[in-house]
Amino acid sequence: MIDYFNVYIIVLIALLICVILAIIRVVLGPTAPDRIVGLDTINTIVISSMVIFGAAFREIIYIDVAIVYALLSFISTLFIAKYLEGGDF
Amino acid sequence: MLGLIIDIIVYIFLIIGVFFSFLAGFGLLRFPDVYTRLHAGTKCTTFGSIFITGSVIILGLKMWYLGSADGSVLAIHTAGALIAILLTNPTGAHAIARAAHKSGVKPVGAVVDGLDKVNGKTIKYQKEKMEEKK
Repeated sequence: MIDYFNVYIIVLIALLICVILAIIRVVLGPTAPDRIVGLDTINTIVISSMVIFGAAFREIIYIDVAIVYALLSFISTLFIAKYLEGGDF
Repeated sequence: MLGLIIDIIVYIFLIIGVFFSFLAGFGLLRFPDVYTRLHAGTKCTTFGSIFITGSVIILGLKMWYLGSADGSVLAIHTAGALIAILLTNPTGAHAIARAAHKSGVKPVGAVVDGLDKVNGKTIKYQKEKMEEKK
């Protein structure tokens, strides 16, 4: 019927523009927590775009990669936040 | 007929998800403060990711209904990714906000900080601990 592939490519380009907006905040951000907020936003958008990739190319392995990426980015965010707080680990 | 209705639902979900991702990007650029940027950047992307992954789940269920075995695997794995996003994203946002407040970033236009006493105590306590170590 309607071709899903072209629709998903358009959605991916739109998500790429959102990532570029977040990268501008990461570069401009005056303090360190601003940059971390930008990185967290980029991580979430990349996860959803990996799911879109998996649906566009009909590859299940991309979605498994998205799950692992979500858990690892969560750990890295927690670690950077703990570093910003200061004090002992 | 059923396939056309499901296609329209998938497209509506995709449009909602992309719209909220754009709101997250513009909010990150336009808001004046760490906490308001966190408000825009985390909640809007979580909501958008729910709708984008939901559209892929509906697509997988449609493929499964039409007789493709790949569809059920696609739907179940995408549901796993959705659960991972829902568990990890608010926790990370909370940790970032706590770290920002403890590292001394004040909200723009704030008059009174109700957590000042608590943080003063903790900082004093840490300083005492450092002096004890020396």
